[in-house]
Amino acid sequence: MNAITAALRRIGAMSIDGIWRLGFATRFLLAVLMNSGQSLRRIHLTIRELFFSGVLSLLIIVVSGLFVGLVLGLQGYDILQRYGSADAVGVMVALSLLRELGPVIAALLFASRAGSAITAEIGLMKTTEQLKAMDMMAVNPIARVVAPRFWGGVLSMPLLAALFSAMGIFGGWFITVVVIGVDDGAFWSQMQAAVEFEYDVLNGVIKSAVFGTVVSLIAVFEGYDCQPTAEGVSRAITRTVVTSALAILALDFVLTSFMFRG
Amino acid sequence: MMSRTALDLWVGIFVAIGFAALVFLAMKVGNFSGINGSETYRVEAPFDNIGGLKVRAPVKSSGVLVGRVAAIRFDTEIYRAVVELEIDKRYAFPADSTASILTSGLLGEQYVGVEAGADVEMLKSGDRVLITQSAVVLEKLIGQFMFDRAADAPPAQ
Repeated sequence: MNAITAALRRIGAMSIDGIWRLGFATRFLLAVLMNSGQSLRRIHLTIRELFFSGVLSLLIIVVSGLFVGLVLGLQGYDILQRYGSADAVGVMVALSLLRELGPVIAALLFASRAGSAITAEIGLMKTTEQLKAMDMMAVNPIARVVAPRFWGGVLSMPLLAALFSAMGIFGGWFITVVVIGVDDGAFWSQMQAAVEFEYDVLNGVIKSAVFGTVVSLIAVFEGYDCQPTAEGVSRAITRTVVTSALAILALDFVLTSFMFRG
Repeated sequence: MMSRTALDLWVGIFVAIGFAALVFLAMKVGNFSGINGSETYRVEAPFDNIGGLKVRAPVKSSGVLVGRVAAIRFDTEIYRAVVELEIDKRYAFPADSTASILTSGLLGEQYVGVEAGADVEMLKSGDRVLITQSAVVLEKLIGQFMFDRAADAPPAQ
């Protein structure tokens, strides 16, 4: 009997804790949005964060996009040439990158490259009581530290995803047209006939913007909310990566089922 | 710490590359300059059977993309499928043009082919294409073939 009540109590505590954190994260988002004025007025703060989350992620995004495109080209060619439609490999590479792989993989990379860095930075600031010191000096830490990092992530994510897709298509073009010898004209013309700007490109950009917002929010929230100890910071970083990955994949399903129901 | 100008330069490069990628995706991968932005007019075409035609399927004339299928519905007054075609304003067709549902290649997607007629009147928005040809349904075709063969065959001994 005692064991059952203990188990029930643990479930209850976990649910209450989860709901409390969700509510706290929502209020935190509102606080970030309300205090965003400074990060836009003093645009240099945001530009600095664009450098850290955007520019420093360029290399991993470009290299990963290229390799994903190369693999898609090889696999797509292998399957499509069995049905005598190897020319359609461009369509396959472009659509799978623009609709799914570009936004999703770029967001996963962004979460582990930039999201974890943001959490670590804010968490360490909290641990070393820099945030409290700012508060003492009448500097709002949410406006000065959190909001610029949030906006830096939100703004750089769609650009990174577009770059990922473009590099992937280049990789697919390279492996199929240059290496294997698919006709160059057929590759591009079939792709252009099948890809529509509003339906495919724009929906991909919307997806990446949503992922950018969610990952940035999770990263700044976990950093701000972490236990101010060395262990707490490391746990917060882990949570950022895990929660971001789950949120990206779950949201991707929801967005896809709304956008591409056919 | 990097100087402010260097930081600005790098972020500028990043944003420029990002937008260049977006423009590449819009222009080279998708055809942004295609039918989407231009003005269109809508005509209706009733079909006995639309087969596997889908909304947003291409409308072609002589193989050139001139529009897209805007909507497909079933008209309970005439008990036929009515397909709404959205055709680019640049392409005017005579009022007695014909529309048929064709398949690109053996296994390709279905599209609407428009063949120009000889009328001096042109199709206007809201007009109906009266002469249409339905999609070829493979089962019907095979059934007809079997029936014809059975009729042609010499009587069993």
